[in-house]
Amino acid sequence: MTDVLYSIRDLIVEYDTRAGPVRAVDRVNFDIRRGEILGLVGESGCGKSTLGKALMRLVHTGKIIDGELLFDGTNLMTLSERQMRQVRGGRIGMVFQDPMTSLNPVQRIADHLTETITTHEPGVSERAARERSTTLIERLGIRPERLDEYPHQMSGGMRQRVMIALALALHADLVIADEPTTSLDVIVEAKFLDLLKELQQEFDLTILLITHNIGVVAEVADRVAVMYAGRMMELGEVNDVFADPKHPYTQGLLRSVPNISLDQGELHKMEGAPPNLLHPPKGCPFNPRCPEVMEICQMADPGFDPVYEGHLAACWLYQRTPSRSSTGV
Amino acid sequence: MTGPLVEVSSLKKWFPLQTGFMASLLHRGEIPSVRAVDDVSFAIRRGEVFGLAGESGSGKSTVGRLILGLLDPTAGTVTFDGQDLSTLQPEEMRRLRSRMQVVFQDPLASLNPRMTIGQAIGHPAEIHMPNLTPAQQRATIFEMLDAVGMSPPEQFYAKYPHQISGGQRQRIVIARALVTKPDLIVADEPVAMADVSVRALLLDLMMELKQEFNLTYVFITHDLATAKYVCDRIAVMYLGKIVEMGDLNDVFESPTHPYTRALLDAVPVPDPRHRRTEPMPRGEIPSAINPPSGCRFHPRCPIAQSGVCDVLDPRLEPLPVGSAEHLASCHLRTGDYLELDPERGLRPI
Repeated sequence: MTDVLYSIRDLIVEYDTRAGPVRAVDRVNFDIRRGEILGLVGESGCGKSTLGKALMRLVHTGKIIDGELLFDGTNLMTLSERQMRQVRGGRIGMVFQDPMTSLNPVQRIADHLTETITTHEPGVSERAARERSTTLIERLGIRPERLDEYPHQMSGGMRQRVMIALALALHADLVIADEPTTSLDVIVEAKFLDLLKELQQEFDLTILLITHNIGVVAEVADRVAVMYAGRMMELGEVNDVFADPKHPYTQGLLRSVPNISLDQGELHKMEGAPPNLLHPPKGCPFNPRCPEVMEICQMADPGFDPVYEGHLAACWLYQRTPSRSSTGV
Repeated sequence: MTGPLVEVSSLKKWFPLQTGFMASLLHRGEIPSVRAVDDVSFAIRRGEVFGLAGESGSGKSTVGRLILGLLDPTAGTVTFDGQDLSTLQPEEMRRLRSRMQVVFQDPLASLNPRMTIGQAIGHPAEIHMPNLTPAQQRATIFEMLDAVGMSPPEQFYAKYPHQISGGQRQRIVIARALVTKPDLIVADEPVAMADVSVRALLLDLMMELKQEFNLTYVFITHDLATAKYVCDRIAVMYLGKIVEMGDLNDVFESPTHPYTRALLDAVPVPDPRHRRTEPMPRGEIPSAINPPSGCRFHPRCPIAQSGVCDVLDPRLEPLPVGSAEHLASCHLRTGDYLELDPERGLRPI
């Protein structure tokens, strides 16, 4: 029986725009298993970043209008803001895309770390916090002397490692990493991903890795979820989803990504564009572009159900009953 | 017409950290500079897609700007169709500009938000083709819109950049670059900001246009998977120098310079069964202000030999076996110290 750390049920996040409400996350159901690296992929506007923030109740300009966030037995939706502040950092850490906007430019790295520790664990002395920071930073491959530097004195790769250190400093159970390598050079990215895998083992971490880069997911994730127009379209073991993608969107996506290790001919081109979320199409949001579209796709939402155990897809090719089933796995 | 379209010879571009009289006084003439491009030479053949690949600080974008004459070299020359850019009068350079155009990474930054698409595409025509009547200009703009797949052209002519998608905006940028029927287009990360599913469309479009309009491309990118898809030849840059150059297939199938090997191996592959085999270089890319002595890559190189690599500058030379046009800049692989390569004989070059 797989141990579920975080169970997300019927999550809906809306943004209020001048032109009307936009559902950035449209009734998403899935589980994050303890100890796994779950990759969340999708193109821009699919809702993956909003989902990542919603999991920490950090959606500022939008609102979670429905759903359950069962984190380690507790529904985060029932917690006060004060209680949430303890969860953020303490239980769930976050690594963002651009560390320069997450790190305080006028604060030394050491202070970032010690302040984080002493704020969440008031019993810890400055000295103990400093020692813990030093050990951590060394483990991440940064020389301890650099603790007294400012963010701008470090390279992009180092800043990202500092971000991980902040997430690890409080022994977070879950780390949500939103496009952590997008701003990094490819060699720095490769080293960062290696480090992430090592840390996952060593610190028993569970990681939700949000990215548009399918290669990154293939490299580190255990399972992968694919999002499109605010919905989760597919979820399964990474080997299964790549070898045998079930949803036509996933199929198109995988064929349109160049693979440097192969001698490829032409890349697949997907016609059309993601829908305008102000006026999403009726039924499945992918139906206008789907090469396998059927009549029912344009009329009703498919459920997000297993095609076989462990591999889910939101597609009428595999469903019998319309949506409203909340069986995420 | 024969001969290369562009020739770059011993090109250097150093950006001084401070300028002015006081600066040179303080530093006794030797002002510290960012050595963005440091002795680069290559030729671009007519009709080819020439790739310039590298990570941050490699100098690839600066080389692109030097080719376009947007920057003046600190040393060395850029020759376009036989003409040394530095010898041209401003008016001659201006006319030459209609023959070389550029596509940048971010279409939102490249397109004036207050100009309609028609106005944006028509702008270069106004500058370089002033004798066109309004009807002729409109026809040219329509031709360009059609060429980049924005049909029917009337539908897009009066729209503004914010009213179309990102992929469509980049098509407009490409259309605008084509209006003067240039010989050369320098594309600097042209698809980096486009969504994954749109990139293939844009790349195919660029290749179709190459055929249709007899174009030559300089394709600048850090994304080697994309480079593999479109380039004929490629030059890999590191810290201002070319470390490897040659036919695309040769470089990708037989990468020789340790940096090229690591770079290619680092690219994430969309296949979970794939495993990396090369060791990643130690440390990080050093500063271009004070680059390492000898071979720039030596502090990070897995096969660097003390006494050679940290002291002597390697030269870009052909491989001992294989195509004479496949060059690498490595003492132990193409230089004078082949016998010192610890992997010699253990793996194919």
